[in-house]
Amino acid sequence: MFPFCFEWAWDIGHSIFFGGFWYAISILGVGMTYCFLKAAYDTVNDKGDSHH
Amino acid sequence: MDDALIPEGAKRCAFPIFMIGIIIVGAVLLWGVYAMFLCWFKGLNQTNMNDYYGFALWIWADLAVIAVGGGAFFTGLLKYIFKVDDLKNIINFAVIIGFICYSSALLILAIDIGQPLRGWFIFWHANVHSMLTEVAFCLSCYFAVLTIEFIPNILENRQVNKVPFFHHLAHNMHGVMAVFAATGAFLSFFHQGSLGGVAGVMFGRPFAYREGLLIWPWTFFLFTWSAAAFGPCFTLLVTKITEMITGKKLVGDKTVNLLAKISGWMITTYIIAKIIDTIYWAFVTAPSMGFKLGHFYSNNGFYGYWILITEVILCGVVPGLLLINKSTRENPATRTIAIILGVIGVCLNRWVMVLQIMAVPVLSFDTWALYIPSWQEVATTILPVAYGIILIAVAYRYLPVFPQELELNESADTAAQN
Repeated sequence: MFPFCFEWAWDIGHSIFFGGFWYAISILGVGMTYCFLKAAYDTVNDKGDSHH
Repeated sequence: MDDALIPEGAKRCAFPIFMIGIIIVGAVLLWGVYAMFLCWFKGLNQTNMNDYYGFALWIWADLAVIAVGGGAFFTGLLKYIFKVDDLKNIINFAVIIGFICYSSALLILAIDIGQPLRGWFIFWHANVHSMLTEVAFCLSCYFAVLTIEFIPNILENRQVNKVPFFHHLAHNMHGVMAVFAATGAFLSFFHQGSLGGVAGVMFGRPFAYREGLLIWPWTFFLFTWSAAAFGPCFTLLVTKITEMITGKKLVGDKTVNLLAKISGWMITTYIIAKIIDTIYWAFVTAPSMGFKLGHFYSNNGFYGYWILITEVILCGVVPGLLLINKSTRENPATRTIAIILGVIGVCLNRWVMVLQIMAVPVLSFDTWALYIPSWQEVATTILPVAYGIILIAVAYRYLPVFPQELELNESADTAAQN
């Protein structure tokens, strides 16, 4: 799963599979982190009622 | 006692009636959980699988729920990426159905691996040459996406939404939902495709083997296409069932007809590709491997040509035509028939690609390996259905799932009050 794992090999298969996997995980992680931080900021700054 | 949690202005049945329903379905759920534990603690001798027959009924269920759950990614893609705004009236429910389908798929995989505590091996000790590894990666990530898409709906519960942080969190998640939806569509494309790809590269199973484009057999594309085509049918079917049980109109006709129309065109184009694929396989691929078409549909007590005709014509061509034709699409009876046929069609396709390929003899001295699932397999296959009913019931009762509900039932409620 990680380059320091004993089964890791620097080949095309690992690069594509794990590249795609961590790319997706990163997007989700960054997206959710942004939402949490923005929500905390909005709460602290007591932004008015936000409709969606 | 739970009135404070019910969406403002919405009418729900009395709490005791609701609980009686939950307890009845919960009993079915517990039956499935019991069978699941039997499979975990006693092993695969609880199933009717054997050396010939390596796929249990739950593997068909796994592929079927993933296919019908495709309505979530496709509706999300249309709503958030292609900006089809009318679908906002059904997107929450599509996401919940997708969440149920994908959590069920993961649960079924947990049963299938026998030792769920080793589930993490698939990530840590991944075989990067396996399409099933790609399926597992994408499935897990896409389930995370569906969870993220479901969270704002939970945060919009009347009481939860009073907490300022949760209110802002729901708002901000809606703001960047297009990013999550795009990620979900990307992941779903690959895992649906890979499930089809697994069947397509089975050189030893001429019934499933397909040629294709570079490393991708035709089945890779047909699986993704069929999930996007028939998934919305399942969303519409569950919506219809929910409306029948609740006795309320929950989604407006405009939205239903729009989704039915999109689904109809997807089904029609898919089924044309499927027919071309079948003809090429029957007259070129299979003969090149020494098989005639009749070999796959004769000399056994179950699999005849009827299954091919039912899947392609009755549950493919017919629903496609019914849904692209304006008069039959806008007629509630024919539209309902079409979406039922569509859901049966995609489930039948997955049955054929999972179970029939195992049953067909591949050597001259072999016989058909027909099998009847054990009660444990049946119970573990019904388990996700019971779980889904409970989750939909709870979500409908306590969450603002259907934005049009009040507007569509306003006149009926006023008449009832008078």
